[in-house]
Amino acid sequence: MAADTIDTGEMRRFRALSWFEAGARQRISALLDQDSFVEFIGPEQRETSPHLAPFNLPAAFDDGIVVGKGRLDGHQVFIAAQEGRFMGGAFGEVHGAKLVGLLRAACDAKAAVRAVLILFDTGGVRLQEANAGELAIGEVIRAIAAARAEGIAVVGLVGGRAGCFGGGGIVAGTCSRLAISEQGRIGVTGPEVIETNKGVEEFDSRDRALVWRTVGGKHRRLIGGADVFTDGSVEGFRQAAIQLIVSGPRFDLKLMQAEQARLASRLARFGDCADGREVWKKLGIQDTARVPEMPPSDFIALANSVKEANHDAR
Amino acid sequence: MEKFTFRHAAAARLAGARKRAIVGVVASGNLEALFERLPEGNDCVIEVATPIQGYRDLWAEVVSDFVERRSPGGLRVSINDGGARPDTVALRLAQGARLMERD
Repeated sequence: MAADTIDTGEMRRFRALSWFEAGARQRISALLDQDSFVEFIGPEQRETSPHLAPFNLPAAFDDGIVVGKGRLDGHQVFIAAQEGRFMGGAFGEVHGAKLVGLLRAACDAKAAVRAVLILFDTGGVRLQEANAGELAIGEVIRAIAAARAEGIAVVGLVGGRAGCFGGGGIVAGTCSRLAISEQGRIGVTGPEVIETNKGVEEFDSRDRALVWRTVGGKHRRLIGGADVFTDGSVEGFRQAAIQLIVSGPRFDLKLMQAEQARLASRLARFGDCADGREVWKKLGIQDTARVPEMPPSDFIALANSVKEANHDAR
Repeated sequence: MEKFTFRHAAAARLAGARKRAIVGVVASGNLEALFERLPEGNDCVIEVATPIQGYRDLWAEVVSDFVERRSPGGLRVSINDGGARPDTVALRLAQGARLMERD
């Protein structure tokens, strides 16, 4: 750690707080080096959504996303954090534009920027401004590809209460690297939506253990859907982020082909599994019943021993 | 959406040098309050936007209680309400004033 990033005792205690329980602003200030965060388009600028008032819904001064820059273990990073408690962290027009703008700004300042961190906490696109939100998802994906092509690592952190669903789940899939906690969930269609559309026989969204075995952090880590598993503390995510901003692969055609091959083989190998436990069995894990209750340290050791979880492509 | 503004003359300007603070989140039963400094004077201006109709009088009571207890002169407080109860509103106002007094 660089000499100018030594933290106070108060900061160390702050970092012990739960990622799941913390808000977007708390996550940023505890994740980054102490007092290094500078916000872009802060709440005092009142860039609120114009689409909520017609539905008699209250706006938020930051439209549910905090963007800016700061330092992580001395490295300059750009950072965005979604607030999962406001409209489920969903992407609207302003919310999406702030993330797109941040990624483009990172490209403009590429010589000085090590990585862009995206702290996902989202149910997907905001229904009240769906067209603008869908467009925003497309623009974010394009901006992430552009940033990665410039050699900037785009690292996603998933452990918030809204999970990372809908367009957010797709955006996460385009990041260079992902870190996840046990509470973290990544998916496109959420469990309740699957049940509503396909019936309870297809997916029982009230069976929380089943939900977690399907979209939860441990399962995502084991099939290589996330690169690092952390305990649920801010400190855990900080250590994961420090590791991931320096270890991203080169983004080129070869990498994309390797990723395509990885996904195709995942589908061929696990496509007929009806439950996460069947997937884990095929991965060579003997005692699959123990996986959900494993403490983080045991689970991390297990995941590191599974080949599928440590494929280098993304 | 119901919007109203309260303006009180506080006994003194709130201490501290912090320019702004934001507390809370717009979520069910919660609210966000953005605290900023007015350039001069002891007035405290509180702007409220709430989707819950018909509670202006109750807001007025909570706000005047806050001004009396904290003497938040020279503050502009902007609130986006998500249907917070009066005790939550009072706590958020106190929390924001406390943050502004630091530094």
